[in-house]
Amino acid sequence: VDNNQTRIENDFCITFSTVNGSGSATANTTIMRAIFRMGVPVSGKNIFPSNIQGLPTWFSLRLSKDGYLARVEKDDIVIAMNPLTLAKEVEFISPGGVLLIPDDFTLPETRSDIFVYPMPVKKLLKDAEVVPALRDYIANMVYVGVLAQLIGIDIDLIYKAIDFHFKGKLKAIDSNFSVVKAAFDWAAANLQKKDSYYVKKMDGTDGYIMTDGNTAGALGAIYGGVQFAAWYPITPATSLAESLIEYLPLLRNNPDTGKDTYAVVQSEDELAAIGMTIGAGWGGLRAMTSTSGPGLSLMSEYIGLAYYAEVPVVIWDVQRVGPSTGMPTRTAQGDLTMVNFISHGDTQMIMLIPGSINECFEFGWKAFDIAERLQTPVVILSDLDFGMNPWMAKKFEFPDSPMDRGKILWEEDLDRLLVRNNGQWGRYQDVDGDGIPYRTVPGNLHLKSGHFTRGTSHTEDAGYTEDPVVWERIFDRIKLKFELGIKYLPKAIKELKTGAELGIISSGSADPAVQEARDLLAKQGVRTNYLRVRSLPAGGEVGEFLKENKRTLVVELNRDGQLGQILDMTFPEFAPKIEKCAHMDGLPLTAHWVKDQILARMGENK
Amino acid sequence: MTSQTVPGNTQNLNHAGLSRADYRGAPSTLCQGCGHNGVAAQIVAACYEMDLVPEKVVKFSGIGCSSKSPTYFLGRSFSFNGLHGRMPSLALGAMFGDRTLKAIGVSGDGDTASIGLGQFKHMVRRNLPMVYIVENNGVYGLTKGQFSATAERGLELKKQGTNPYLPVDIALEALASNATFVARSFAGDPKQVKELIKAAIAHNGIAVLDIISPCVTFHNHENSFHSYSFGKEHEEPLHEISFVPARDEITVEDFEEGTTREVKFHDGSIVVLKKLEKDYDPQDRGQAIKMLVEAEQNNELVTGLIYINPDKPSMFDLYNLPETPLNRTPNEMLRPSEASIDTLNKLMF
Repeated sequence: VDNNQTRIENDFCITFSTVNGSGSATANTTIMRAIFRMGVPVSGKNIFPSNIQGLPTWFSLRLSKDGYLARVEKDDIVIAMNPLTLAKEVEFISPGGVLLIPDDFTLPETRSDIFVYPMPVKKLLKDAEVVPALRDYIANMVYVGVLAQLIGIDIDLIYKAIDFHFKGKLKAIDSNFSVVKAAFDWAAANLQKKDSYYVKKMDGTDGYIMTDGNTAGALGAIYGGVQFAAWYPITPATSLAESLIEYLPLLRNNPDTGKDTYAVVQSEDELAAIGMTIGAGWGGLRAMTSTSGPGLSLMSEYIGLAYYAEVPVVIWDVQRVGPSTGMPTRTAQGDLTMVNFISHGDTQMIMLIPGSINECFEFGWKAFDIAERLQTPVVILSDLDFGMNPWMAKKFEFPDSPMDRGKILWEEDLDRLLVRNNGQWGRYQDVDGDGIPYRTVPGNLHLKSGHFTRGTSHTEDAGYTEDPVVWERIFDRIKLKFELGIKYLPKAIKELKTGAELGIISSGSADPAVQEARDLLAKQGVRTNYLRVRSLPAGGEVGEFLKENKRTLVVELNRDGQLGQILDMTFPEFAPKIEKCAHMDGLPLTAHWVKDQILARMGENK
Repeated sequence: MTSQTVPGNTQNLNHAGLSRADYRGAPSTLCQGCGHNGVAAQIVAACYEMDLVPEKVVKFSGIGCSSKSPTYFLGRSFSFNGLHGRMPSLALGAMFGDRTLKAIGVSGDGDTASIGLGQFKHMVRRNLPMVYIVENNGVYGLTKGQFSATAERGLELKKQGTNPYLPVDIALEALASNATFVARSFAGDPKQVKELIKAAIAHNGIAVLDIISPCVTFHNHENSFHSYSFGKEHEEPLHEISFVPARDEITVEDFEEGTTREVKFHDGSIVVLKKLEKDYDPQDRGQAIKMLVEAEQNNELVTGLIYINPDKPSMFDLYNLPETPLNRTPNEMLRPSEASIDTLNKLMF
């Protein structure tokens, strides 16, 4: 091994290989938080099994001084705590890389181009007098200390991260930190650093926090005034509802009355979760549910009713790999076409696709405004990568527009409407010509407010009908509502470069990899235009982008190129110019994959 | 605006200032002689007699003949006709909007005892305040005569042949899920149906009413459990029941000492039960289950208030909700303050 390498600072990847259920998440997050506090941009990817205890799990922590947050494929430093996967991990370490292992592991002698540091895990634990029951949990704190010493993580910041994790509980903090400190000191005395990896303080995280998409989505919903949430546990959406349960009491208890302005119900299944949510939306509450693909499949019949009966609800779909049970703990963007066409008959769904953790927050509140304005379900498509992985994100920002409750009528409002509308009001009457009717909700005591909501065909006055003319009139009016209502949706974001040879379209969690790939391509002299879709149905700006570019690659994390399929249908005139660039193995996309795909496609067609 | 009667109806007004006509719905489109129409008529009568304001009542139903019937009563009330078997979830969400309203759900045996069995039992175990009426005829009417899950074994239907399976007993299912109010009646006994509906409306919790309501078109064989003739001949009332609203003084003059039992409701109103042959205690869940099992063995249709527990908290009592309806919360109470966003950011790492 060449010892005279130059220092590699703040630009490498650490992979932690552990057994799930061993408490490694605490150790890994601690390291990530400490490095974040040193001002170094970080991103973390959990690759975990659908299991509670005993199977291999990995956490990849990327340090990027340039602020790139996408997954990377190489492992520069590997901390191998699982003997069963050791041989495989050793293969993946980049030349000049580092392997940290407990000193009782047998080292595979396949690599002479890496640095190996054995750690006396058992001895340090014994010396620390840890309660035997906690030994496995705290064993991971040994590598926290050794790694901190090896690459130069500030030990005080490690303490701060542990303090934060255990919410100030001194006993837990001390038992964990004492092991970290012992390992840190042992490494100082016994390890001779031979590798080139260093963490160095910088100012790349000012104005940022560490959080995740499910927390951000739940907090967004709270600032959006969510009043009712029904949910059923499902990976990777569970923590969204659990975040509501955690933060609602802090933020939404009326201090004057001591009463809550919300209710959360864990339902018996997703069929009931969506039923409750639609009931609450109909009842005049800002109502939401959160689920993943399998749950959404169960919800589809009721969502069709909400579309046709025009009930506002917000549905979070934190996507995972499907079809069927698929890979429950891996990420995908595989529900786009399903949501687009969800439920039987002609339907159309409004989809919001956050492309960052901050957009999870923003769309979390905005979705209620859109749902109530357009009186229709709004589906927010996040995914496991955003939802469950730890991310650095800009500080949350207070909503920049007031709540829009849409065309809801209380007693006095209905009186006023009757005055200006010749004494007429019907639940499904298009008074304003924008396709959006006015609605009243139960509890409105006006004599004319009551109406009969149903999924069966209905007249402007909400009466049952089988008249073909009336059916078509109402159904076409709903379509008009969507056509005119597109202005309420977040527009796609465009980044143009002069002399660009091709356009790239992506959405959601594909964005970090695409952003980085564009920079890599630019370094090679390949200039690209970029458009990130943030909502569907696609607006005119997406059509313009397709028109402006000779060819456009749609990069996404699924097999069939679902966003591309939807754009083909929306803009058939540009379909021949749309090329699908889709890939799905359950892992987040990497910039190198995107870059290689683009170069290969350009090579093919030159 | 407060509720008032439709102009022109000034006679026979109740304490809410409303006439019976104010409680009517659209004309029924169900078959002539359908038991469901009788139940709808008794809902109208019960609401009128209890002085309910139609705007303070919300109707719910699922899918099937029975679920069409909310159209035929309380035309001024809000109503939501949801999906097959999934009315309980819809009602639960809606009632969180304004829990000062009364919920009346009408379902059928196809709706409740098959796809709806899960939602039915979970609604019951949560003690959602709601009158939940099952118009039970043992047959799928709207799809023209298939067996339902409450059809008895051996029942013969024209196209279906003989039913090989044992039936689901809705009252037993409700009791098994810790229902706080379970009653059974027969659509051909309008007085009992009405009194039970009134008691159910007064109950602060889930009130399950299994009403045998014969299907005149597809299922009215003389020997069948769900037929008029069977109902009339085999009906065995547990007790006579009178409902006394809270504002009236309680009178039990019709009942001799030792033969009546009063059940006091949350709102102060009282149900007076007149015991018949057996010393039946409707607050004893174990006895209620035993009675139902014995009645089934004896091929009897036991009607009346089978079980009641007025003291158990309703679902809403388990939440820390304000007095004013949640759906009237002003926007400024729904969005946390701008200052709170800094605190929130500090809570993150």
